[in-house]
Amino acid sequence: MDTAPADGLITSAWLLIALPLAGAAVLLLGGRRTDRWGHLLGTGTVVAAFVLGLLCTLQLDGRRLDVDLFTFVATGSLDVQAGLLFDPLSAVFVLLITGVGALIHVYSIGYMAHDPRRRRFFAYLNLFVAAMLLLVLGDNFVALYVGWEGVGLASYLLIAFWHERPSAATAAKKAFIMNRVGDVGLALAIFLMFAQLGTVSYDGVFGAVGTLAGGTVTAIGLLLLLGACGKSGQFPLQAWLPDAMEGPTPVSALIHAATMVTAGVYLIARCAPVYDATPTARAAVLAVGAITLMIGAIAGCAQDDIKKVLAYSTVSQIGYMFLAVGLGPVGYVAGLAHLLTHGFFKAGLFLGAGSVMHAMDDDVDMRRFGGLASRMKVTFVTFGLGYLALIGFPFLSGFYTKDAIIEAAFDRGDGWGYLLGGIAILAAGLTAFYMTRLMLMTFFGRPRWEPGVHPHESPSVMTAPMVLLAVGSVLAGFLLVVAFPLEEWLTPVFGEPEAAEHVVAPLVVSILVTVVMALGVLTAWLFVGRREVPVTAPVRVSPVTRAARRALYADAVNESLFMRPGQWLTRALVFVDNRGVDGAVNGLAATLGGSSSRLGRTQTGFVRSYALSMLGGAVVVAGALLAVTAG
Amino acid sequence: MSLTHYLVLAAILFTIGAVGVLVRRNAIVVFMCVELMLNSVNLTLVTFARASGTLDGQVMAFFVMVVAAAEVVVGLAIIMSLFRTRRSASVDDANLLKY
Amino acid sequence: MTDFPWLLTMIAVPAVGAAVVAALPRGREETAKQAALGVSLLVLLLAVLATVAFDAGGERFQLTTSVPWIPDFGVDFALGVDGIALVMLLLIGVLVPVVVLASWRDEPTGHRSMKTFFAWLLLLESLMVGVFAATDVFLFYVFFEAMLVPMYFLIGSFGGPRRQYAAVKFFLYSLVGGLVMLAAVIGLYVVSAGELGEGTFAFDALRGMEIDPGMQKLLFLGFFVAFAIKAPLVPFHTWLPDSGAEAPIGGSVLLVGVLDKVGTFGFLRYCLPLFPDASRDLAPYVLALAVAGVLYAALLAMGQSDMKRLVSYTSIAHFGFIALGIFAFTTEAATGAVLYMVNHGIATGLLFLVVGMLIARGGSRQVGDYGGVAAQAPLLAGVFLVAGLASLALPGTNSFVSEFLVLIGSFPTRPVFTVLATVGIVLAALYVLLLYQRTMHGPPRGVLLEPSPETSAPATGGGGGATAATATLEAPPPAPARLRVRDLSRRELAVAAPMVALVIALGVYPQPLIDLIEPAVAATMSDVGADPAGVSPEAPVEGTD
Repeated sequence: MDTAPADGLITSAWLLIALPLAGAAVLLLGGRRTDRWGHLLGTGTVVAAFVLGLLCTLQLDGRRLDVDLFTFVATGSLDVQAGLLFDPLSAVFVLLITGVGALIHVYSIGYMAHDPRRRRFFAYLNLFVAAMLLLVLGDNFVALYVGWEGVGLASYLLIAFWHERPSAATAAKKAFIMNRVGDVGLALAIFLMFAQLGTVSYDGVFGAVGTLAGGTVTAIGLLLLLGACGKSGQFPLQAWLPDAMEGPTPVSALIHAATMVTAGVYLIARCAPVYDATPTARAAVLAVGAITLMIGAIAGCAQDDIKKVLAYSTVSQIGYMFLAVGLGPVGYVAGLAHLLTHGFFKAGLFLGAGSVMHAMDDDVDMRRFGGLASRMKVTFVTFGLGYLALIGFPFLSGFYTKDAIIEAAFDRGDGWGYLLGGIAILAAGLTAFYMTRLMLMTFFGRPRWEPGVHPHESPSVMTAPMVLLAVGSVLAGFLLVVAFPLEEWLTPVFGEPEAAEHVVAPLVVSILVTVVMALGVLTAWLFVGRREVPVTAPVRVSPVTRAARRALYADAVNESLFMRPGQWLTRALVFVDNRGVDGAVNGLAATLGGSSSRLGRTQTGFVRSYALSMLGGAVVVAGALLAVTAG
Repeated sequence: MSLTHYLVLAAILFTIGAVGVLVRRNAIVVFMCVELMLNSVNLTLVTFARASGTLDGQVMAFFVMVVAAAEVVVGLAIIMSLFRTRRSASVDDANLLKY
Repeated sequence: MTDFPWLLTMIAVPAVGAAVVAALPRGREETAKQAALGVSLLVLLLAVLATVAFDAGGERFQLTTSVPWIPDFGVDFALGVDGIALVMLLLIGVLVPVVVLASWRDEPTGHRSMKTFFAWLLLLESLMVGVFAATDVFLFYVFFEAMLVPMYFLIGSFGGPRRQYAAVKFFLYSLVGGLVMLAAVIGLYVVSAGELGEGTFAFDALRGMEIDPGMQKLLFLGFFVAFAIKAPLVPFHTWLPDSGAEAPIGGSVLLVGVLDKVGTFGFLRYCLPLFPDASRDLAPYVLALAVAGVLYAALLAMGQSDMKRLVSYTSIAHFGFIALGIFAFTTEAATGAVLYMVNHGIATGLLFLVVGMLIARGGSRQVGDYGGVAAQAPLLAGVFLVAGLASLALPGTNSFVSEFLVLIGSFPTRPVFTVLATVGIVLAALYVLLLYQRTMHGPPRGVLLEPSPETSAPATGGGGGATAATATLEAPPPAPARLRVRDLSRRELAVAAPMVALVIALGVYPQPLIDLIEPAVAATMSDVGADPAGVSPEAPVEGTD
């Protein structure tokens, strides 16, 4: 598939990035002057970007268009052009980012109404949208990297938005550092591409990937995977994502559910030519996806914090997407379709959670919720639809896209295919369990509210986006899989879909998944719905629950493997530097000083002793002269 | 009287002067011993000038005398001020020139 | 226009300015400040005009001036710049006015007057211009050593509590390096007398010599030790944290921003072209020191409790990156290294300035004495964050371009060292964000909680005067004193704004600077036997280092 220069409206695709970026700049530089209308400007730029993105997409017609902007860095044989690539894949992401982004901006107007720093919140959100658009629109790996770290920065700023809370500040730092670990992988992959191929543009790299040695391609694939794991909260770098829930809820919805954390899936889908050439790296993607989707699902079952449950759910769902794109050509479209529907229902769920928190005075502990269904009808209905979509209730969006992934896993045909499919189905049951548990603890049962809490429905500026996202949650799967298949739209990117040979009939898979889901719901009802929920979490629980509560000890492992040895090493090195390296220098200085002062003591101040030494010197000189002349 | 006699006399004078500088404490005596050493050198210079038949040594001797005269002026002034502050002319009392 | 003696003027103007400022009668502090600002802005203007007069595609050395100085030994007062030196002159031109403005309200420690401070500052500027503009090795050496004098007085007379110790340490370290270099300079002269028939110190003549390999190694080491102390590379680094911490903020900025760059500039200008064989032979050892510095200094930075020491250690890590870029022998990496020299001056300069602003408010250099500043002074926190992000080389800031170029350029020839250095970017994120979180985030802490701000001692480092909080009246005495840290003043904004603008502008569109730098770098690379056209992908990658 060749790249053509952009024409028509698409030549101004750079405006997609420039609009929100300008919004962020105005809001940040304008200061307090922009307080009154800042949120409107912030929302306006993203809505405008959405409209522009939609118009561009309509003009695209399955082509792959390049917008060349300026020379970013050119020295020696390295030539990095700042350019954008607008193709069906990036168009899909542009619409998701600006569409969901615009809705969440609108929601934030209400959610952040009483925050004195609302203007800055919108500035950061705009910054995020701009960086995310650069990430998906860049036509080379350097532009991707710039966007990649740019969204990391926005994520840092937004997680730490309430930075007076030490937990928020720590979570933000943790997110940035763990992302940076992934970024090292991405950076090294870029270095390797440049060293081997002399280029970092998508066209250059993908065109020449076939000429590389197998080991090199595998190395590139694994390094890219490391980057993807960091950004998408996948094993072994998953521990930052649940902590990131310290940020305001719209941030969790936009960045840590719908868009940024799916960047890893984008990266792997974009680099399909690389992974097509390396089965080893692709198997690693599969393994990462399968491990993570189980970790997320297990940890999600034991959390009491409503946002943490959703966060582990996100970890788990992105695991599904990694699993899908790790399956190769059959899985790319399935993974991306799940990414899109997940963007809708998970964003909706987070906005619903935000609405609940809004009603409960920013409490997040589900043990103190209960019985909210009657007090918050709109939130309940929209949240419920998102819930059904997520657990894969028949004919809602999650049903279509998750089934497609599970089918694709079975379609591998070998034992691994059955294993992966089995894991995916099991996790679907766990998903149903933890989500039903969340629903029951939040909306049903007897109210367990703290004294003084008076739940109320949120204002319409918040509920309207929730309603739209709920509609999306219901319809997106049908639209993307049946009505306007994403598969056809993405054909120019991934090639003609092969006629899949089904190992297990799709209908059987669907029924199996639905049954397992129903079992999950039933189990949750048996465990949670039937009895009274204790307001404080039980202490005497099984080791399994304890492990799940601590997210399978991911933090403990990180701490004992990296943090504590690191702190110890730092302290030791400071000691070495001060006492060893600097001590050696100071010791030398002290030795010189000491010996000079000892030598100084020979100067007694008695003139006669000076005269004696002069005489002695003269005698020695005379003696030496005599010896020389005589000899 | 051969050359050697003059030189031996000069050496004896120089030695007396040097020993005097080293063993005496009175600044005036030390000072006079220094003069004695200078004069012994003068004697040597004149002796060699006479022996080699040139005037160079005698010219040098005049230089030494001029320097010695200047030294007397400065040296006596220092000794005077030393005596005024310390009420003593002992060189061992002026021992501040040290580490 | 090109015949105008730009470089001589750029050396003379601040020198004359220094004399005028020093000669002002006591009590005319304001006049002294204004004069210093005016002179430094004039130098900036001259630097910009010189850049306009410079033809990037033309000869290597331009704007040359040469006057016989000591004809008996073939020493000329020869000035001239290539692209590398020119960007350093631009950096000096930018940093000095900023430093003058940043030191506006500093209170002198001891009995010295700020008038003297500005006079030393201008003299330092003059000598710094000279050291980069010299094309005669002996003249370079003279400027190299003379620079120590104003810096010694800036640290020793206007610094923090341990300024005497720091100043003497700085002086001794530099003097030892300078002495070794003097021996090498004389050795070079003797060798040139043997090789060329007549001894010379002219860089262009020396560059063409074929020196015996053993001799090359000795001379290389002579220059290298001096530059490695100046730059500083681990293990010659321990003077920098002391000097950086004790110097007044303006001094710290120029110290790590410009003065230390003479070391890395020296690697590129003298070590590589004059001793190519020795450079190639010894490169693995230098690279090992560089990468060790990247990791070691980053870990040390994390362990510091004094903010200025912390920033000094981050600089040592950055110098490791620069040395890696220079000794990887590719055009991309070396261009990146030169760009890094400029960008580090701006980014770390800004970080020092903003740390100084914080210290001026709280009167303490300890990280633990601050906390939650962002809530009270959002602008200060914002500038702090920009400086920090530039320090950790976030894309969009200037440092990213240079760090990226260094690493991507070094990878093809030195993969192992590059991978190790890349790990350093995680450590960079750690030390920057730890510092930022501890001082800016969280609940108010340390000096922000002191009931009566007037009791706190005046600033130890970059001056005091600013410690009086604005809103103490609103806080009842027993309660925590809220709003104790006031936000940036107009003057401080004028200091920070141009630096922030440069951080962003050079991060988004660095190509003009690269176009200036690249021809000189390519010439250096061909001197040392590397392909000036850059890395070619066909070339087999060396498996190991």
